Amino acid sequence: MQLKEDPRFDQCNREAKVMVILLILNIVWWYLFAYGLGLRNPDEYTYVMGLPAWFFYSCILGYVVFSALTVIVVQVFFRDIPLDDDESAAGGAGS
Amino acid sequence: MTPQPLFIAAILVLYLAVVTGTGVYVSRRYQDKQGSFISQYFLGGRGLGGYVLAMTLVATYTSASSFLGGPGTAYQQGLGWVLLAMIQLPSMYVTLGVLGKRFAIVGRKIKAVTVVDFLRERYEGNRAVTVLSAFFIVAFLMAAVVAQFIGGARLFQSVTGLSYIGSLLLFTTVVMVYVTLGGFAAVALNDAINGTVMFVGTVILLFTTVAAGGGVANIVEQLHTINPDLLTPTGVDHFISLPWISSFWVLVCIGILGLPQNAVRAMAYKDSRAMHNAIIIGTVVIGMLMLGMHLTGVFARVILPGIKVTDMAISLLAVELLPPILAALVLAGPMAAIMSTVDSQLIYIAGTIIKDVYLNYVNPQAEDHTVSQLSRACNVILSVVIFTLAIRPPSVIVWINLFAFGGLQAAFFWPLLLGLYWKRANATGALVSQVAGVAAFMIFTVYLPRPLGLHPIVPTLLISLIAFLVATYATEPPQSETIEKFWGYRQEETGAKLAG
Repeated sequence: MQLKEDPRFDQCNREAKVMVILLILNIVWWYLFAYGLGLRNPDEYTYVMGLPAWFFYSCILGYVVFSALTVIVVQVFFRDIPLDDDESAAGGAGS
Repeated sequence: MTPQPLFIAAILVLYLAVVTGTGVYVSRRYQDKQGSFISQYFLGGRGLGGYVLAMTLVATYTSASSFLGGPGTAYQQGLGWVLLAMIQLPSMYVTLGVLGKRFAIVGRKIKAVTVVDFLRERYEGNRAVTVLSAFFIVAFLMAAVVAQFIGGARLFQSVTGLSYIGSLLLFTTVVMVYVTLGGFAAVALNDAINGTVMFVGTVILLFTTVAAGGGVANIVEQLHTINPDLLTPTGVDHFISLPWISSFWVLVCIGILGLPQNAVRAMAYKDSRAMHNAIIIGTVVIGMLMLGMHLTGVFARVILPGIKVTDMAISLLAVELLPPILAALVLAGPMAAIMSTVDSQLIYIAGTIIKDVYLNYVNPQAEDHTVSQLSRACNVILSVVIFTLAIRPPSVIVWINLFAFGGLQAAFFWPLLLGLYWKRANATGALVSQVAGVAAFMIFTVYLPRPLGLHPIVPTLLISLIAFLVATYATEPPQSETIEKFWGYRQEETGAKLAG
């Protein structure tokens, strides 16, 4: 018998993939700024808002940017789909 | 640390009274809830909203180390340790996003209440997988819980001046009462309270510290004077090597989704919207906690130089800088972190014993009433055992706890992830992967703690993946009924709903 896959899984897979891409971007951002700007003599550091530039971009701006991207990704790619198979909670009642 | 004024102790005790009250309050609501006791008691009836879901996930994950050891190391190593801590920023969106709604949907399809439920159904009732999984959970989590209780009691002792036994008794009793009475729902609600306290405390302390140090630029300049290495991503004398810090992307970010007590939360939410909100809230909150606490630890080096026991950096700073009522709030942070970690682990161990062992193998026909009494009895007995072990921890507990965090990831990461996404994954693969993973992690930890400069978790997860793939391809694929149950759908119901 040919398996008919739960149609909701297409959406689930799309969401999971987007999250993995977000994670990869996060990792790249973290590495590039921290080690691209930070691996030199501290006497040669430039500063942003009082903090070494590598730290500001990698950790402070990284926190802000990826929090914001999380909001955007959830708004754009995530869909309100029912989680139950039976009708007791059809249509995500109460949401 | 010297005992604090009575005032701070009083606030902490009041705090304990509030979380106990939550347990009583939640237990009263049980009477008018429908659905089976098991799902209500161990999974809150899959009813978590966005904020509570986010907070219980963050708080379960955030243990005392984020308030004590972590900032203490940041005090010694500088900004490089904050960089390491920020690896945890994606941990919440990874756990909820990668397990995803698929895990919540499948969990509902098969009526799973625990992670072992999921594994048992997916791996076709394989007894070895079920029993071994339950064993790993009980052994590793018990050791972890005992260690956390010891930390919690010591902390309470240092803050209030009460004796160690007294602190332990008070702490264990409070957690036992609200977990036993209120179950998962009380745990989640208290985690939300604890998480909020941690968040607010972190923000207040960070801003107070910056102000006390005369602004960020001034603090950084003084750090440079103390030791320029404090400003580098590599720490003092290159303490933080690249392979080592990179391993943490596996250990404290991606691997988190393999921890059963975290993964179970990814099927406890009410609806899609709760999950969406939790991803956002969880990410913002964990980022702030990690950034705030560890950065405060670094800045403390300028405000309070010469701290010997650096684990106490945050507590000392709070007492030094804040008025007593706010200091108490910050001091409640690590206590809240410990409490919200042990309560989740305690209810999860009880769930494993009752649902995965008792209802599977001892008495599958047990009535709701019996299960209800047994579950509560189980929590009480566990608490007494934990209390006894924590009075004078036997060395075997200390030994097992070494492997607890990585061992759970080694045992559950691939069986969970591949079981969810890979149709071909079968029971033999899961079993071999669990055994190989846990064995590899223990052997590496004992004999080769830094293979190629990496943390043992990295080669461990590689070995357990290869073991999974080889064993799966060497044996038969799972039966089509299993695939049907996990991937298929009942057209007339789900299809109609999607159309509408």
